[in-house]
Amino acid sequence: MTTFSLNGRTVSVDSPSDAPLLWVIRDELGFTGTKFGCGIGMCGACTVHVEGRATRSCITEVGEIAGAKVTTIEGLDPEGRHPLQTAWLELQVPQCGYCQSGQIMQAATLLKDYPDPSDQDINAVMAGNVCRCMTYIRIRKAIKLAASRMRGVTHD
Amino acid sequence: MIRRIAIAVVALAFLGLLGFSLLSWRAATAPIERPNASSFTAESIAKGEVLAAEGHCLSCHIRPGGQPFAGGYGVNTPFGIIYGSNITPDPKTGIGAWSLEAFTRAIREGVSRDGSHLFAAFPFNAYTELQDDDVKALYAYLMTRPAVSATVPPMTVPFPFNVRFLQEGWKILCFRSGRYRPDPAKDAQWNRGAYLAEAVSDCGGCHTPRNVLGGEKLRDAFAGTVVDNWIAPPLTEANPSPIPWTQEGLFSYLRTGVDPLHGAVAATMTPTVRDALDLPVVPDSDVRAIALYGSDVDRAGARKSDVEAVTKEALQNSSLGAGQDYDPDADLYASACLSCHYNSGTVPLAARPELALNSALSLPEPTNFIQAVLRGIGSTDGAPGLVMPAYASSLSDADLARLAAYLRRTRTTRPPWTDLEHKVSAARRELPESH
Repeated sequence: MTTFSLNGRTVSVDSPSDAPLLWVIRDELGFTGTKFGCGIGMCGACTVHVEGRATRSCITEVGEIAGAKVTTIEGLDPEGRHPLQTAWLELQVPQCGYCQSGQIMQAATLLKDYPDPSDQDINAVMAGNVCRCMTYIRIRKAIKLAASRMRGVTHD
Repeated sequence: MIRRIAIAVVALAFLGLLGFSLLSWRAATAPIERPNASSFTAESIAKGEVLAAEGHCLSCHIRPGGQPFAGGYGVNTPFGIIYGSNITPDPKTGIGAWSLEAFTRAIREGVSRDGSHLFAAFPFNAYTELQDDDVKALYAYLMTRPAVSATVPPMTVPFPFNVRFLQEGWKILCFRSGRYRPDPAKDAQWNRGAYLAEAVSDCGGCHTPRNVLGGEKLRDAFAGTVVDNWIAPPLTEANPSPIPWTQEGLFSYLRTGVDPLHGAVAATMTPTVRDALDLPVVPDSDVRAIALYGSDVDRAGARKSDVEAVTKEALQNSSLGAGQDYDPDADLYASACLSCHYNSGTVPLAARPELALNSALSLPEPTNFIQAVLRGIGSTDGAPGLVMPAYASSLSDADLARLAAYLRRTRTTRPPWTDLEHKVSAARRELPESH
């Protein structure tokens, strides 16, 4: 039995302690916004927050996050209106959409650490999140738009 | 003639054994009724709480998910596993029947209430230095905890090492009883730090190499050694961190579990900070004193390293791998590690351990790097709020070896690690099954 907090709610699951957090989130708890990509922590599609920081849930064993706060794309903002999410909508970032929840969760950590990220910051922190549709240009744009709004400055 | 010699030898051996038994014999101290809580002063109990935290008693005297001080953590020794005992005031399974005299003898001489010798997995070689008041305070604190009835598993140490009275031999060879003696040449803060580091927190318990008998090699104090598959790095000037451990850096590390210019705690170091030195009852002044002493042992002051230049270089190299040049090693790093370990600006962030500054990359052996990557750092391990997944299922031995070689090459100026793939594979075999 592992107990942790998921999107602000305390949950307990009977999964074996070495079950990947991703399976628990999707199959046991029914939050399917987080996606399975490569299964080995190399693509970023499964990115969630553990204690507010982006973490690859496909290789994180559920036992390793006992007692921790986990947030998925469903819990990033109660209304689904996190500045990154609204920027994503406005700029129509996704094409197929599969990697996008992971991209947004990773970008949220980026902006927490670097509220005014340079291109290099974005390239480096987002390097582990791949997009088969090559939406990278729009991802970069949306991150900058969200960043400027979160800093309270007008986007140029 | 031969028969006579044989008899003489047997007789001498018998006498020797008898003499040794007499030497090792300790009287039992009389059992007492558990003392009433009112027999201790509030100050003494409070002081004991601080000391129990600073001495991180719960490193050993608790099992995962168990009751505090009820014991059960398995200490790996070269001779076998020895389990931390129940030190709650339960009269049967704990120390409820122990008088202050019995407790003091255990702490300072490694002898149980019934007169049997304790094994040195219990660091009485450090605690022998404790002052009277501190022993009394620890006793007051432990005797006023809730009694928990709990037995711990028997140790797995084989014969003859499990014979308790033979511990007397170990004590003759490896143990000196005696209180901490302040160094008059040093100031009060330094002496407080030395006392806490040596007598209370027992830093040497993990960071001082041991001889074949398991005794600390005092001439190599704090020279670093391997504990539970990880390197407990040298605390002396042999410590290879690119930035020496200053008082400020050590304070942050010991108080919060992480220092941005060095890295975060992991493995056996975790319980010395979490629920120990990071507890609010522990005064900043004590942690600062340990840090002052540590920075002196490390000779940080004399090793004038250009912190600014080293930090700047580390940050300049931090984005390596994010570019579009074709480099399979860098690509692997970018896919697996960069999103969390990249740093920008003028100082690394505590939440983004900067690998160029971390001793895991600068130690002579890749042990700690391999352990961290294979095992990850769970929510109850490492600094609070930092979790790293275990990459054992995701990286092959060859990939992990490539990653290690790449980081050593690009983030340090030290010679390449050798035989990496073999070392990764050996470390993998030691993993618990769940990985």
